[in-house]
Amino acid sequence: MHINDLLVPQAYDLPDLRGRFGDYGGIYVSETLMAALDELRREYELAKQDPAFMAEYRHELKHYVGRPSPIYHAQRWSEQLGGAQIYLKREDLNHTGAHKINNTIGQALLARRMGKKRVIAETGAGQHGVASATVAARYGMECVVYMGAEDIQRQAANVFRMKLLGATVVPVTSGSRTLKDALNEAMRDWVTNVDSTFYILGTAAGPHPYPMLVRDFQAVIGEESKVQMAEMAGRQPDAVVACVGGGSNAIGMFYPYITVPGVRMIGVEAGGDGVETGRHAAPLTAGRPGVLHGNRTYLMQDEHGQIIETHSVSAGLDYPGVGPEHSYLKDIGRVEYTAANDDESLAAFHALCRTEGIIPALESSHALAYAARLAPTMRKDQIILVNLSGRGDKDIPTVARIAGLEL
Amino acid sequence: MSRIQTTFARLQTHKKQALIPFITAGDPHPAATVGLMHALVSGGADILELGVPFSDPMADGPVIQKASERALAHGTSLSDVLGMVREFRRKDADTPVVLMGYANPIEAMGYQAFAEQAKAVGVDGVLTVDMPPEEAGPLAEVLKAHELDPIFLLAPTTPAWRVAEVAKLASGYVYYVSLKGVTGAANLDLDDVASKLSTLREQLSVPIGVGFGIRDAATAQAVARIADSVIIGSRLVQEVEEHGADATPRLIAFMREVRSAMDGARQ
Repeated sequence: MHINDLLVPQAYDLPDLRGRFGDYGGIYVSETLMAALDELRREYELAKQDPAFMAEYRHELKHYVGRPSPIYHAQRWSEQLGGAQIYLKREDLNHTGAHKINNTIGQALLARRMGKKRVIAETGAGQHGVASATVAARYGMECVVYMGAEDIQRQAANVFRMKLLGATVVPVTSGSRTLKDALNEAMRDWVTNVDSTFYILGTAAGPHPYPMLVRDFQAVIGEESKVQMAEMAGRQPDAVVACVGGGSNAIGMFYPYITVPGVRMIGVEAGGDGVETGRHAAPLTAGRPGVLHGNRTYLMQDEHGQIIETHSVSAGLDYPGVGPEHSYLKDIGRVEYTAANDDESLAAFHALCRTEGIIPALESSHALAYAARLAPTMRKDQIILVNLSGRGDKDIPTVARIAGLEL
Repeated sequence: MSRIQTTFARLQTHKKQALIPFITAGDPHPAATVGLMHALVSGGADILELGVPFSDPMADGPVIQKASERALAHGTSLSDVLGMVREFRRKDADTPVVLMGYANPIEAMGYQAFAEQAKAVGVDGVLTVDMPPEEAGPLAEVLKAHELDPIFLLAPTTPAWRVAEVAKLASGYVYYVSLKGVTGAANLDLDDVASKLSTLREQLSVPIGVGFGIRDAATAQAVARIADSVIIGSRLVQEVEEHGADATPRLIAFMREVRSAMDGARQ
């Protein structure tokens, strides 16, 4: 179980100036948004160099989000699986219950710096919507969240949470009524209100500079992990596992490890009913490259280039595209991508609840499911670090429904 | 000279502006599209913009989104749209046809295969909404090699340096998006458009069409006074939505009304 270190780049400095990660990424949007994206890119470059901006970002992460999030050694579950030691990066313990807030704080601070008083966001499971509504309340901004009508049904608690935080939740009834359609609608809002509005994109996808911006704000996950693993285990993990929908938690975990030899990385997509059934959300595993939502990346599409509907028990992974950096990391072989099905993810969800007293998000349960497959193939002195990207409170009605209960 | 150039040259000698209607191919039904195209020409269209349906039309308002969904419900693919143009050409050898849509169906077909087939069936120009000049280079090259005009959008937010980039790649005409918003929006500011167009003309040699938000003959007339062409989409698609295959006489009547208003615009 060793990574081929020939695949580990010695240096890594992407995207390029055009927002490209190899063949992927770019800026595929209509002309009206080009100037706004250019302004965002320039403003972000300035902010990154501005010690006051970065100091405020770090201050907010520490005092508002509660970072650093701990790493926890899941000993009982590791023993039960009978192989490698599993460590969990506890993004579920962040304020609002997931990694999403790392990014929304960063983007909201950028919005404020740019003088925008209105923010919009798309959301699937509602976690990014909640994180956006939260920071909008925190910084006194108007917030509108677009959410697929289908997802609103699946995630009623998060919808109410956003409303409590003062956001307006707009149901999206076009297309498949899920995350991709919410993203379309947020783009339409942005194109219409581009002067007054900042679009807080929730995942490491979309047009440049978003994939870079979101990655940079999420990279705190991997940066902390490197320090914490050295402290706790005296070394870095043998394997790092994260779930991949759009891929923001995964890229945040992976990015600081890209040039680290000896660390194997695995992104786990939503296998739905099984990749072989076609009913899944695993573009890296079973899709092919194309252009959607502003970037070139692997997509779930039919032979004519139409985007096809995705299926996953987890609303947050139910997306036909993926961040372009993941497409690049797949092609160069630095990260392996695989899929976990609904069933095995639910089993991992229950296992973590019972053995560790942690209720994981269904999204994160996909990473856990793969870790459960991987651990028994490894030695007991080896380490798997799983990014536990969110807590599962929001998923309790879904899990109950699957068990045949109405709460 | 290309069909698009010929058309603009002819109009110029008559001091007229081009009327460019847009409909979505395959809406309400693939079998209806060619008939609707001929009807638009008989109503006074100079150039036709034919929408290639896409599952995720990010730049379109609800009217054209729904048209796309109706067309996709019948399985209308880019290949089918090319077939419609071939059929249209059997009876009309002169009216330019511009395909308008999103990048991914063309990506899926492949640039070379798409350009070859588009040229063979009689397409004249291609407008890819989500391919700004930064990304359009490779496709524009293949299109030009097949004597197809790459049509580009310009927006109220486009700075001068980007207009220069578009000027390098654009041929046929450019499509000025008259407002910040999606197709079918209704907050067109004519004074704003007029001042922007005069700036654009300093940098562009191709004709400028204006679209987004043109819903009636009076607005079309006002736009015809300042632009080289008037592009109308959502208003027509709405007729198709409400009346289905029976929309034909309404489309013709509306087009004639717009045509006569435009032809009176500069007299």
